[in-house]
Amino acid sequence: MDEKDRILLQLLEENARIPLQEMAVMAGLSAPEVEERIRQLQASRVIRKYTTVIDWEKAGEEEVSAIIDLKVTPERDFGYDRIAERISRYRQVKSLRLVTGVYDLQIHITGKTMHDVARFVSEQIAPMDHIRETATHLIMKTYKENGNFFYEREEGERLPLTF
Amino acid sequence: MRDFISSRAKGIPPSGIRKFFDLILTMEDVISLGVGEPDFNTPWSVSEAGIYAIEQGHTSYTSNKGLFPLRQLLSKDLKERYGLTYDPEYEIIITSGVSEALDIALRAVVEPGDEVLVAEPCYVAYSPCVTLAGGSPVPVPCTEDNLFRLTPDALMERITTRSKALVMNFPNNPTGAVMDRPSLKAIRDIVLDHDLLLITDEVYSELTYEGKHTAVATIDGLWERTITLNGFSKAYSMTGWRVGYLCAPREICEAALKIHQYVMLCAPIMGQMAAIEALKNGEEEKNRMVREYRLRRNLFIDGLNRIGLTCHLPEGAFYAFPSVLETGLDDVEFAERLLSEHQVAVVPGSVFGSAGAGYLRCAYAVSREHLTEALRRMGLFISSLP
Repeated sequence: MDEKDRILLQLLEENARIPLQEMAVMAGLSAPEVEERIRQLQASRVIRKYTTVIDWEKAGEEEVSAIIDLKVTPERDFGYDRIAERISRYRQVKSLRLVTGVYDLQIHITGKTMHDVARFVSEQIAPMDHIRETATHLIMKTYKENGNFFYEREEGERLPLTF
Repeated sequence: MRDFISSRAKGIPPSGIRKFFDLILTMEDVISLGVGEPDFNTPWSVSEAGIYAIEQGHTSYTSNKGLFPLRQLLSKDLKERYGLTYDPEYEIIITSGVSEALDIALRAVVEPGDEVLVAEPCYVAYSPCVTLAGGSPVPVPCTEDNLFRLTPDALMERITTRSKALVMNFPNNPTGAVMDRPSLKAIRDIVLDHDLLLITDEVYSELTYEGKHTAVATIDGLWERTITLNGFSKAYSMTGWRVGYLCAPREICEAALKIHQYVMLCAPIMGQMAAIEALKNGEEEKNRMVREYRLRRNLFIDGLNRIGLTCHLPEGAFYAFPSVLETGLDDVEFAERLLSEHQVAVVPGSVFGSAGAGYLRCAYAVSREHLTEALRRMGLFISSLP
């Protein structure tokens, strides 16, 4: 990892579909050099995946999301890892993190309906061994996701010509 | 009725190219590379500090010099960043932008009949402000073969016995040129020999892409005869907050302060409080913006050269200054036709002094998408020329 790699990663993080040539010019590299560097960043799993940020609500798809806090009894020899990995296997779980504070794990889940989410928590997560307590927070509205604003903002307008 | 307009007001030209400006307003889908300010919003923590200041009832005047904590922080910041030494008590005045700082600096030192050398191409206000202060502006051309830097030879050619001061601006609007330490040292002896005062507008000092900015007053022997002007507009995307500053030896500062207290009283307090936040916590956001400008610069300069507008790589500010020589058009024609035929606005270089004739100022303080689209349209325009 050097400064040029960092530039490439920042550009890709912002827009994974940026043309190779454009990246090359900005980073001061040739297109084949950029290609090779990206290949290496993928091989070393620094680049995990290329994906798309979607506003499903806007797309007209009903979706219910929730943040669920879990209190977990860590296991001898494994700590939180084994239980966390088990929970992470469910497709409904979009992200899972070990956090400090009153609760231990925080998961973000999505489902088609309220009922889906409620059933998933009460039937799959809550009864698992080592889970002592759950707190479910339904997401009412998303304002920002992965650094992207989900609301319309009025930008200040600059004068078209200033010296 | 008498003619009420003073000859002094009549003696200064109207700002730039009104015709152009009016034309843009009537057009749709224009990409403007004519904007001399950052396209980023003020970093949120800075805006938040300004909002909080108002909520807390900080809506009064401040001392003429500006809030002391701001001057203190600034003094420390200038020292750490550039090695500049200015006493926050006596040698710094917070102004309403560099525009005001320039005006009070000139009025503090210029006598009727004094000649003030102005390194051109440059920002449009310098010469009119010299005139308003009662002096005569004398342009000193900076040319492309010297990377648009001010050279000893060009300076010598324009110096007379009436020369009193030299106004310069590096990193430069409109050329993006910088003066590194060796090029500043090269003009030092002339400045000393002719007992000139330097007025240096360093508002783009944080926007350098090939190494760190050299402050003029850090050159040996120049501090005593330099007025340093700078501000928060460009570095922290704070143009609308109107906060700049003037730093100079105590005697000059006191003279400038008298003018400041009568014409401006003080810079807006909420802007000053936002500026404090910028100095305390704005570094990371500023660096992020500078990184982005550098990427855009690389993208845009490469594109310009590709479509046949030769352009040196500017080392600072956010302007590209390509030559239109090979197109067979002059800069004004080129800009007018580019706007009316392809809806891209650039500023003809001659607006910034005769040394800028034959060039275009293109501000790359716009999104990369717009830069790419502007390049495409400019390419189309150039290939449509005979």
